[in-house]
Parts: sequence; structure tokens; C-alpha cells
Amino acid sequence: MPTDVLMPALSPTMEEGKLSRWLKKEGDAVRSGDVIAEIETDKATMEVEAVDEGVLARILVPEGAEGVKVNTPIAVIAAEGEDVSAAAKQAGTAKAEAPANAGSAEAAKPDAAEAPGSDVAPRRPAEPVQAETELPEGVKTVTITVREALRDAMAEEMRLNENVFVMGEEVAEYQGAYKVTQGLLQEFGARRVVDTPITEHGFAGLGVGAAFAGLRPVVEFMTFNFAMQAIDHIINSAAKTLYMSGGQISCPIVFRGPNGAASRVAAQHSQDYSSWYSHVPGLTVIAPFTAADAKGLLKAAIRSPNPVVFLENEILYGQSFPVPDVEDWIVPIGKARIARPGEHVTIVAWSHAMFHALEAAETLAADGIEAEVIDLRTLRPLDAETIVESVRKTGRCVVVEEGWPQAGMGAEISARIMEEAFDYLDAPVTRVSGKDVPMPYAANLEKLALPSAAEVVEAARAVCYR
Amino acid sequence: MAADVKTASPPALSREEELEAYRVMLLIRRFEEKAGQMYGMGLIGGFCHLYIGQEAVVVGMHMATKEGDQNITGYRDHGHMLVMGMDPKGVMAELTGRRGGYSRGKGGSMHMFSTEKKFYGGHGIVGAQVPIGAGIAFANRYQNNGAVCLAYFGDGAANQGQVYETFNMAELWKLPVVFIIENNRYAMGTAVSRASAQTDFSKRGVSFNIPGEQVDGMDIRAVKEAGERAVAWARDGKGPYILEMQTYRYRGHSMSDPAKYRTRDEVEKMRTEHDAIEQARQRLLGEHGLSEDELKKVDADIRRIVNEAADFATHDPEPDPSELWTDVTLPHDGPRA
Repeated sequence: MPTDVLMPALSPTMEEGKLSRWLKKEGDAVRSGDVIAEIETDKATMEVEAVDEGVLARILVPEGAEGVKVNTPIAVIAAEGEDVSAAAKQAGTAKAEAPANAGSAEAAKPDAAEAPGSDVAPRRPAEPVQAETELPEGVKTVTITVREALRDAMAEEMRLNENVFVMGEEVAEYQGAYKVTQGLLQEFGARRVVDTPITEHGFAGLGVGAAFAGLRPVVEFMTFNFAMQAIDHIINSAAKTLYMSGGQISCPIVFRGPNGAASRVAAQHSQDYSSWYSHVPGLTVIAPFTAADAKGLLKAAIRSPNPVVFLENEILYGQSFPVPDVEDWIVPIGKARIARPGEHVTIVAWSHAMFHALEAAETLAADGIEAEVIDLRTLRPLDAETIVESVRKTGRCVVVEEGWPQAGMGAEISARIMEEAFDYLDAPVTRVSGKDVPMPYAANLEKLALPSAAEVVEAARAVCYR
Repeated sequence: MAADVKTASPPALSREEELEAYRVMLLIRRFEEKAGQMYGMGLIGGFCHLYIGQEAVVVGMHMATKEGDQNITGYRDHGHMLVMGMDPKGVMAELTGRRGGYSRGKGGSMHMFSTEKKFYGGHGIVGAQVPIGAGIAFANRYQNNGAVCLAYFGDGAANQGQVYETFNMAELWKLPVVFIIENNRYAMGTAVSRASAQTDFSKRGVSFNIPGEQVDGMDIRAVKEAGERAVAWARDGKGPYILEMQTYRYRGHSMSDPAKYRTRDEVEKMRTEHDAIEQARQRLLGEHGLSEDELKKVDADIRRIVNEAADFATHDPEPDPSELWTDVTLPHDGPRA
């Protein structure tokens, strides 16, 4: 059976082109891979190679023809042993061999594309809301630092699951640059507590590979500022692969370490990455404030089959909080916590900014303004429901964020409130954020660059018109 | 010049090995030719990087491995999938973006995986597969499962910084990984000599004490022989090994490559004088005593497989619109791995 050679598309956007030259003439033998013609598009001159073998029976489109539409038959190839003149007579009626029974892209249109309205994305399915988890009533607690809570979370999960291991710079012999991994090497040995060279891009990628292959890496970045060298693996390799593999390859990895400003370490060591990572579908982003949440959420993160970015805070490491003294304290991912109930204004914060939110709430209370303080705990998935429910009650919202304002978490939360609680608002949603500058070094300037309780009080008063 | 390196007398393959190698190399070539044709018809979109010319590299390396060993590569990945035994229908349907594709139509040419066949992608970011491959090898060592990971990348990727970060860790921790640098002489349109200070890629591991060798990647026998040496090294716990495969791609970098950076004569010379499939064919007809008719049967069988794959990939429906929202994240409290 003779085969039509069709005008090929040589780029995703090509619709037509010029047939500039034939390199074979009628009657020539053609082998698979032979260049038979040259085509000129608006971008380049390209070669057309034969896929089928046989004899070039007839040329249908002459040299120099312009505006030849993609998929137009341009020649006929007769199969080996076939009558060339008979094949040539059938010119233009032959079916292209591939795909069988589908000579044109038109005929090959897939079924699903026929569905009416298929250009409109279907609605995102609702995500189930998880249960609220306050510290259980009457539970026995112990007071420990956030640093100890994080260490305990890792140690407990390592005891439970042989596949959990910790890697990063100075996590083993040095006992952790911020002592978060203290004692892990002694308990679990060098096989499971791995000191890496200073090679963030490399070990982030290596961790992703280990996770693809079934391990549960906990990758420590000395600070998230250094993770910018590794961000390609966090996003392109870890976050997107489940989707790109049609659900085949999961990446159960935790990237953790201190995030945001510490004290007097200037612009390159003080960035808050909350909004950067929370932008990315496929990632889960957690930023705890209390030791109980740090422990319960890190354990949940290590158990999660998803890549998790776990944003800690250096100043919080030494802060002490009560933590339930129970065997397996887990805090569900994706659920905010109402840290202080109130009815006049909602204050949303997370991680270190919770100090400003809670201090501001105290000050406001003295003035008769009862603020409801929400600790987000998880930034992605964002517990918009808890925020919206609170705003429907208070009619006012102040978001406190240590990062920069543009495209920040505050901007996102503000948009969500507008979408879901616009009619309940009695004042514009207000952001108290890090100032729109690289972090300065000088003590006074650094203080000015970061949000403060006083700024939160001022913003809350403004939205309450007080 | 690719095939600068000539293995003087690579050990001969048995008749069965040679025939199987010929069959798989031909499958890859015919598959890729069909993919190119379907791209031309608008059935395949986006980027499509064909492996035509380089077939001996993956086929020879695969012959040097055993069940359980893993493969990972960059974006020129169709050959690597077929050699691992992935179904040509599923690969082609992924190229056409259909629901029967390996990634259910959500990955495309550069992003396909099969945990069952131990193929870990299919990565679109140049060089990213190198540390990921070392991570798979890290898991092999951690679990002491005896497997070796083959991490393939090109002469272009060999200039990425993360490759050297990985070399360092892989040797430091003696990871069971073989780094296979497929030197096809052009990183997109840039010739090796215009991009690389050291064009002998087998020496790229010297400062990490990783042994390396240059191999005639157009000779399946030479690839298999060197591959066996490298894989044994890695499996014995001696750490990584580098193989520079001197090979050549006949087609452009991707489908939209105007090929202005090399002459047609250069391509033609490689095709006529060094083609791995043609060499295997001549040995089958000569020293192995097969007849033209026997090889025609193999050819016809391959054409049938490829046509069936093309047919499936053309008529399989697109993904259901609801697939837009699936496979983004898994339930956090799902079953413990």
C-alpha cells in the first residue's frame, strides 16, 4: 500500500511552511531516515526525513511552493515491490501509515476533546477539613524548648521507622549548627545521621532521589537562605514529580531548618520564605510557633508521603512551651489554631510573628478590644476556613508577616477574605509586614525593618476605628 | 569525533545476545522515527527529543545490568524507557498526552516513570537527574539491596555544578552508581569544544578519584564490555564509575532544530560508517549466519509493535478533565511506607 508523506509541523506553533527543495526525485529509492526535502518556516529551514521505506512514487507539491499547510500530502512513497506507477495514480488518496487508520490530525482527535465546555477547568474538589486539635483538656504536659521538641520528633520517628534518616551540614558530629539534632548521632549512628559536605544543591537532589527510592529523608538546611541554592530540587524535582508521574512517584521528604530573621545577620541570612514555598502546588509548608506544634507537626511531616518544607525560626529554638507528655503526639497538617479567642478583630500570624500578635492582643484587651489570634501553623494547605469563619465574626483582619509585603502571605490571605467574606468586612484587611527592603545590619534599622507589636496594635486600632 | 575511541577488539556477543541487541536497538529507532512523524502531524506537542543514533548506549548498558538495577536520565529519554521494558504503547500515549500514557498524559515526553520497571525519569532540568540518581544509589546502599543505579546525562549536563557536587558525595560515600555521559558532541547546538575546557569527559571525575573511561558508544559490544566493568565496580562497593560514551544523534536536538551548527556530510558520515544497528546487522548476517529473511521478520515484528503503539496513542482518549486536580498531593495521613 502506498503511503502519503505529509507536510510536517516542525515546532509546536507551525501551521504552514514553504517547500523549498526536494532532495529526492520521483523514482528514487528512499530509506527510513533519508532526508527527502527541505522546508522553510518563519523561524528556520528544516529537513524532512522519510519514515517509510520504498520508492518515491510521486511528488505532489513542487519545489518553491509557499503556504503549504501542515498535514497536506506532499509526496507518495510506494512500498518495496509495489507497482510505482499504480501507486502514483493513487496520489493523494493514500493514507499515511502512522497512525494507522488516521491520515490526518483531524481524524485523530481524541474523544475527550469533543466534550462541550472542556476549555473550562473543572472545579477543584473540596478538601476535607481536619479536626481541630487544641491541647487535650487535662492532658499532662512537660515544658521543653522548641529545639528539644524538634529533636524529640525526629528521634521518635527514627525509632518507629528504619527508613527515616537525617542529613545536612553539621547534623552529626557537630550535633547540629543550632543543636537541633543533638544526640541523634549517638543514638542512631552515622548510617542514619549523615553529615554532608557544603553542597546544598547536591544533597537536596540526593535526598529527593532517596525519597523516590523509598527512604524518608529529613534534610536540614543550616538556614533556608542556603536552600535557595537547592530550590530547583525542592520545586522541580520534589514538588512536581507526583503530578508529572501520574501519581506513580511520591517524594516523602522533609526539608527543614531555620527561616526568616534571627538577629543582626543582615540581608543574605534573614529572608522569610513563607510565601515563596507556599506558592507551589505539590509542596506542604509548615511554620510552627509553639513547641507542641513543632513536635506534633514535624512528626506528621515525617510521616507524610508528600514533600514538606518545614520552616523553623532560630529565635524560637530556645523558647519553652508545654508539650503533651503522651506517647505519640501528632498535630494534623493543614489546620490553624485559635491561640486566643476574641470578637472585635482577627489577627493572623505564624511562627515568630505570633509573639507580636499575642503581645498586641494583650495591649488591645486593656483597651477593651478583644482580638482573636489565629496561629496558621500550616501555610500550605492554607486553613482559609478558620480565617474566614473568624472574620465573619469580627469583620476585621490584620495579617502579621515577617516577610516582604508584595505577593506575600498577607496578600494571599487578604484576597481569600475578599473572595469568601467580602460582605462581612467592616474595614479593609490590613497587612503588617517586613519592610520592602533587604534586611539591614544596624540594630536600629533591623528593628525598624521587622514588624512589631506596636505596629500590630496600631493596625488593629485603625481597622476598629479606635 | 565520536568514535574517536575504538575498542580494538571488543569481545563478540553470542548470536542470541546480538539478535536481542539488534531487536531492541531497532525498536528504539523505529519508535523514534514514528514519534518524529507523529510530531510532524501535530499529534505530539511541546518538546520532543529523539534518541536516533545513540541506541547502542542504553542497549549495551542494559545488557551489563541485572534485574533490580535502576535507570535515570534527562529529557532524551524514550530509548531508556523502552530498554527497561516499558510498554511502547504507554510511552507513545504519553507523548500524545493521552490517558493511557505512563503519566496519564500529565508528564509528556520528558517526564515519564515506571517504579515497576525501575525507571526513575525522565527529567527536564538539565543535570537534575545526576544527584537524584545518586540518591537512588544512596537508598540502595542504605537498604543494602545490591542494586546499582545508572545515571545518564549528556555532554551539556556535564558542565552543571550539581554534577560535581554529586561526584564528590558519591565517591565520599562509595555509592553504587554508574555515571554515563552520553557525549553526542552537541549540547543543543553548541559543540563540545566550544563549551568544555576538558573535552575528555572520562577525566571529569579525576579530582574526586572516580575512575573513568571513554567508550565507543556506537559499538554495542564495546558498550557492554565497559558497562560490565563499571557496574561490577559499583556493585562491589568500590563507589561510582564514569563512562563517557562517544555517540552521535542523527536528528536535531529537538524537533524544532534547524541544524545549522553541523554539516550534512558529518551526519551522513556517522550514519553510513558508524551506525550501531547496521554494524549489528552485518555481524548477524556474517559471523552469526542469519539470513536476510530472518532479519526481515524481526523488522516486520518491530514495525508491528511500533504501529500498534502509534495506533493506541492516537485513539486513546485525552485524560478526563477531573485529572487536572489529581496527583498534586497525597493524603498526609495515608498508609505508612
